Amino acid sequence: MFENLSHLVLQQYWWILIAILGALFVFLTFVQGGQTLIYSIGKTENEKTMLINTLGRKWEFTFTTLVTFGGAFFASFPLFYATSFGGAYWVWFAILIAFVLQAVSYEYRKKPANLLGTKTFEIFLVINGLLGTILVGTAVGTFFNGAQFSLNELNQVDWQTPFRGLEAVLTLHNVALGLTVFFLSRILGLLYFIFTIDNENIVARSKKSLLYNTFPFLVFFLWFVIQLILKEGFAVDPDTGEVFMEKFKYLHNVIQMPLNALILVVGVVGVLWGVISTLFMKSLKGFWFTGAGTVLVVFALFIIAGFNNTAFYPSAYDLQSSLTIQNASSSHFTLTAMSYVSLMIPFVLAYIVYFWRAMNKKKLDEKEITEESHLY
Amino acid sequence: MIEIADLSLVDWSRAQFALTAMYHWIFVPLTLGITFIIAFMETLYVKTGKEEWKKITKFWMTLFGINFAIGVATGIILEFEFGTNWSNYSWFVGDIFGAPLAVEGILAFFMESTFIAIMFFGWKKVSKKMHLLATWLTAIGANLSALWILVANGWMQKPVGMVFNPETARNEMQNFWDVLFSPTAIDKWLHATSSGFVLAAIFVIGISAWYILKKREIILAKKSILVAAIFGLLSSVYLIWTGDDSARTIANEQPMKFAAIEGLYNGSEGAGLVAMGVFSSTETDPVNENYKDFNIKIEIPNFLSYMAFLDWNAFVPGVHDLINGNEKYGYMAASEKIERGKIAIQKLKEFKDARKSGNTEAAETMKTEIMSKDFQDNYFKYFGYGYIQNTDDLIPNIPLTFYSFHIMVALGFLFVILFILALLFVIKDSIANKRWFLRFAIISIPLAYVASQAGWIVAEVGRQPWVIQDLMPTMAAVTRINTGAVQTTFWLFAIIFTVLLIAELKIMFRQINIGPKH
Ligand code: HDD
Ligand code: HEM
Ligand code: HEM
Repeated sequence: MFENLSHLVLQQYWWILIAILGALFVFLTFVQGGQTLIYSIGKTENEKTMLINTLGRKWEFTFTTLVTFGGAFFASFPLFYATSFGGAYWVWFAILIAFVLQAVSYEYRKKPANLLGTKTFEIFLVINGLLGTILVGTAVGTFFNGAQFSLNELNQVDWQTPFRGLEAVLTLHNVALGLTVFFLSRILGLLYFIFTIDNENIVARSKKSLLYNTFPFLVFFLWFVIQLILKEGFAVDPDTGEVFMEKFKYLHNVIQMPLNALILVVGVVGVLWGVISTLFMKSLKGFWFTGAGTVLVVFALFIIAGFNNTAFYPSAYDLQSSLTIQNASSSHFTLTAMSYVSLMIPFVLAYIVYFWRAMNKKKLDEKEITEESHLY
Repeated sequence: MIEIADLSLVDWSRAQFALTAMYHWIFVPLTLGITFIIAFMETLYVKTGKEEWKKITKFWMTLFGINFAIGVATGIILEFEFGTNWSNYSWFVGDIFGAPLAVEGILAFFMESTFIAIMFFGWKKVSKKMHLLATWLTAIGANLSALWILVANGWMQKPVGMVFNPETARNEMQNFWDVLFSPTAIDKWLHATSSGFVLAAIFVIGISAWYILKKREIILAKKSILVAAIFGLLSSVYLIWTGDDSARTIANEQPMKFAAIEGLYNGSEGAGLVAMGVFSSTETDPVNENYKDFNIKIEIPNFLSYMAFLDWNAFVPGVHDLINGNEKYGYMAASEKIERGKIAIQKLKEFKDARKSGNTEAAETMKTEIMSKDFQDNYFKYFGYGYIQNTDDLIPNIPLTFYSFHIMVALGFLFVILFILALLFVIKDSIANKRWFLRFAIISIPLAYVASQAGWIVAEVGRQPWVIQDLMPTMAAVTRINTGAVQTTFWLFAIIFTVLLIAELKIMFRQINIGPKH
């Protein structure tokens, strides 16, 4: 069935899948956000252990989503993989190292003879929470602001700055997105604590902290969005493939794709509703609203970055080197084959959801962490 | 056209990849095997209902958890390294190579990470049967991740199922099944996973032996040895079988690697197998250190011919035959391949120029020519050779490949003996008195890791200078970045991974010392 679709439709289909994976990843960074809060929310050792254990049972999902995001990008848009990873070398390695540290920290934190000490592994978790969210957000910011590279006739990347991607932090608009993701992940982390832990102190502290994190989130998010719709964007001429600057490009993308605009708005409402219902209506399930809202918002942003004749990985140095979903993609054959594989995704999601529910039926409390044989 | 990168950049990039891959491979094989051993143990628990088996299961699970965390940590770096350090490669073959990596994420890693959480935390949250299912699915998930990554690696050793597209200047996939079921890929999967089974079985037997020596946890130890020895014995026989199969595949697909494995310089009919050998320390050929020959060797006549081609008298080409060519047996000289590779590269460049200058007609004609069967079989096939400056660069490090191979094979046979003895002694219940055997079992743990790493050295060093056999040499694959950046990340990883490895070992030793919780 997929083989009869045009190359363009397959490219769009895969960009949608990439957008979904990216959106799920940002949602799952509630683990990272939560990690940055273990000290401020967990005052006693037992409380901290509860926080770390409720996060620890989910960290693998975030990690695996990142890995799969990388793999799926490689398979569907290999030129992005080659250009961005090979080019923005330092940013990506900084992100990866933060994840390496995370992977061992849960398991080793409390184990006897762990060489570095419990505290160090906790700090690793905090580092992962900080770098993992801010840098990923900043890197995604370059989807709208461009990066400094050029490609030669064989599509090999030449990066134009010695900072190899780190220069992205000099563009404030990128950083605004980075900080938006950071505070959003903290909001999600707090809502997750409230949702999964049965402990009055933790819930009370989390609510208070929720308020403090929502303000900066709103500031940075609004900054990012307003500047986005006002700025010029990287447009592509669909006939020639030529890339040019268009005033209000991203605003046009919002208006010209009304369904996507709707997704964006519903997403924002969802994010806010989760917070409001938790703060003012004693809801314990705000996590699901904010979580679902996050998925919708991030999805919509990816669509704005890549659809409607837009270059999703623009080069600010050499416009014509910019990557679009058409010039960066795999062949028709590969996208077709991969599309068959993608039919498994609903099945994978279904078993994840099923087992997630089975594991979270009962809230985590102090009794459980004193009885549990495998503790982080 | 593809600029030849600075040699030190290539070397550092290779070193970095080798470092991270070898670290990853310290942890992966244990996961591949121990998850199955744990699944057998838990099955026994569910079948018999005996708490003892649950305790045993949980003990090995704890050790597995410690190993798994760092296995995952090292894996993520590797995946992204294809992009960061081999970006030219990632574009040139991403259309084919990216697919297995994506499938691995979607189908294997999620399976593993979902069910592993249930395996560790679900004892009281899901039913006994559901838990057992989760344990089995973790084991299957781990081995499926091995499948996909080895399909990717197998493809690099023997590229199949694709065609070169001059428009995009890259290889594009034509047949997914050819890539998936390539004999090289399947051989690699079967051999590498079974090597993980063997390693894990030795791990379990070795640690159990230590308990018996210390007169602790006797029941746990004996039961564990029983399960592991049966699993290990079956796996090790299978391992040798699949290893032998791999060798035959190499003889056909990567003759230079095969010559390196055997230290064979001059090919002959009815070639003998060097069972043991030591290379001379002085160079026999003063011009080139690649031509060291044996000082001492023990040779089994005609065996190599049989091993390679199942014919006692078949001709096996040596390094000289492959470099200088051998008309009688139909081996083309390397210099001729280089010429043909250069023609292929030149044609591609002309085509690109024609396209650029808008000369559509000329471009189309050239494209037809490039895509013709004649050109593909006689010129494009040698594309990668066009980058090779000196024919001697086509020779991998022979002593390293040879020694690694022979160490691996010798240990493979030794392990069969280990498993037979272990099985014999537990069945006769005399194992507690066989202190020499218990010590031998403990020492076998590091040996299993040595064999395992040696195997990858054979596979990866033996295929140099190719990243993709005959199509792309390492120097054309590397990301253009300054060498200092790669040196920095190399040392960064060396330090991080080493510290984490030490932490892992300390935790592991302590947990073994603590033993199962009562
Ligand atoms: C416990 C580890 C272990 C043991 C005892 C053996 N192997 Fe092995 N071998 C591996 C672990 C391994 C490995 C690490 O898994 C490799 C690396 C690449 C691969 O696919 O498997 C490998 C590679 C490898 C290769 C190269 C494959 C390639 O280049 O693509 C050959 C020819 C053999 N093996 C052959 C053998 C034979 C004939 C053995 C007979 C006893 C043997 N191995 C025992
Ligand atoms: C985990 C097991 C593996 C180990 C221990 C390993 C080991 C090595 C070593 C020692 C080298 C350096 C060879 C040299 O430069 O002389 C190398 C290079 C490389 N390997 Fe592997 N390898 C493993 C798996 C893989 C797999 C599965 C792939 C592909 C999917 C792969 C792809 C590469 C690439 C791209 C290079 C760099 C280019 C080169 O030097 O050839 N490796 N590996
Ligand atoms: C050089 C190429 C390789 C790459 C790029 C790679 C990539 C990865 C990644 C990203 C992970 C983490 C997955 C997660 O999120 O759970 C991982 C783990 C794993 N990989 Fe690899 N891998 C390579 C080689 C291999 C080989 C050769 C095998 C097996 C034959 C293997 C088997 C596994 C297994 C079983 C895990 C689970 C974690 C563990 O226990 O160590 N990998 N790998």
